[in-house]
Amino acid sequence: MAVEGESAGHGPLAQFEIHRWISIEPFGVDLSFTNSALFMTIAVVLAIGFLMLGTRRHALVPGRWQSVAELSYEFIANMIRDNVGQDGRKYFPFIFTLFMFVFFGNMLGMVPYSFTYTSHIIVTFALAAVVFVGVTTIGFMRHGIRFLGFLMPAGIPVFMAPLIIPIEILSYFTRPVSLALRLFANMTAGHTMLKVFASFVFGLGVFGIVPLALVTALTGLEFIIAFLQAYVFTILTCVYLNDALHMH
Amino acid sequence: MPQFDPTAFTPQLFWLAVTFSVLFFAMWRFALPRLSNIMEARQQRIDADLDKAASVKEEAGRVLAEYEQAQAEVRDQAAAVIKQAGDRMAAESTARHEAFRAELAERTRAAEQRIAAAKDEALANIKTVAVEAARAATAKLIGVEAPIEQVRDAVEATARKRS
Repeated sequence: MAVEGESAGHGPLAQFEIHRWISIEPFGVDLSFTNSALFMTIAVVLAIGFLMLGTRRHALVPGRWQSVAELSYEFIANMIRDNVGQDGRKYFPFIFTLFMFVFFGNMLGMVPYSFTYTSHIIVTFALAAVVFVGVTTIGFMRHGIRFLGFLMPAGIPVFMAPLIIPIEILSYFTRPVSLALRLFANMTAGHTMLKVFASFVFGLGVFGIVPLALVTALTGLEFIIAFLQAYVFTILTCVYLNDALHMH
Repeated sequence: MPQFDPTAFTPQLFWLAVTFSVLFFAMWRFALPRLSNIMEARQQRIDADLDKAASVKEEAGRVLAEYEQAQAEVRDQAAAVIKQAGDRMAAESTARHEAFRAELAERTRAAEQRIAAAKDEALANIKTVAVEAARAATAKLIGVEAPIEQVRDAVEATARKRS
């Protein structure tokens, strides 16, 4: 909406625009229900519907939907077991929710004319910030002040401390930024690229078959990326959680 | 880029918090416990079935062992019975054989005696006839009534010489 120039047309970035559908502004704070909010709601409804309806029969021998639901459960459970260990079990609901939220957001974005909320830096950054604050809090709760020792890995000579500690601090605070940027950039770049190539299809006439083929291939690639980025986001959360629980 | 428009931040953050919390609550309270129950129940069922299969197999092994033991016992018994019967038959057969042989010997002896008696009798008859014939012949030929003792002696001597 507030984007200069292109906002009115169908430029590659038009798909990222926020539209306020129901205006809600209590005390001057803008909490409007936007297209972004709508797709978050759809994602949540789909995720809950998929898991609840798929398992409503409690089948001993699972059907298709139940199999996929169980598969997603075991996928995340194994990820936590491999990367965090047994004491990661209690964070399972949160990590599972995180994966589902990002995954459904990415996948919904592949539907034509839809909105990809994971392509908005504020959304990915908020998720990364929750992970960062949560993991840091868990680290301090678990190890107390000794968690600061995380910034000075064992076995490094003391005279290296002035060099190592700033680097470690920087790398620690870069984590949420890289986590947020990776997802945002992948989603934004992928969708922009699809739109750019798609806009060539009609412009080139008969030769439009070339960008069309390319867009088809890229769409397949985007589906892989949609899954992969959800996976990366989740597994990095697991890695950070493991660092907080077990230090280096 | 629309993503860097700060006026779009607060509504997104608010609805992100709302939707994410709803999803988290639904997963935490309903979906994940249900999934874990289903999978646990399945695992328990599989374990129980495996246990049952193992116990049934053990039972089958025991029954088979019992059956084999019973079979072996019966086989031994049968062999004993057969042996007993064989022995009894052999004994009976020997006894009958002996009895038959004794009877046969007895009969043979009786028959021989009878034959010998008949032979003696026949010989005696022949001698009597020969004596009579000799006396008749001498009476006819030479007209002499030969004394009976003399003729009998002559017949005896001739018979002894011939035999």
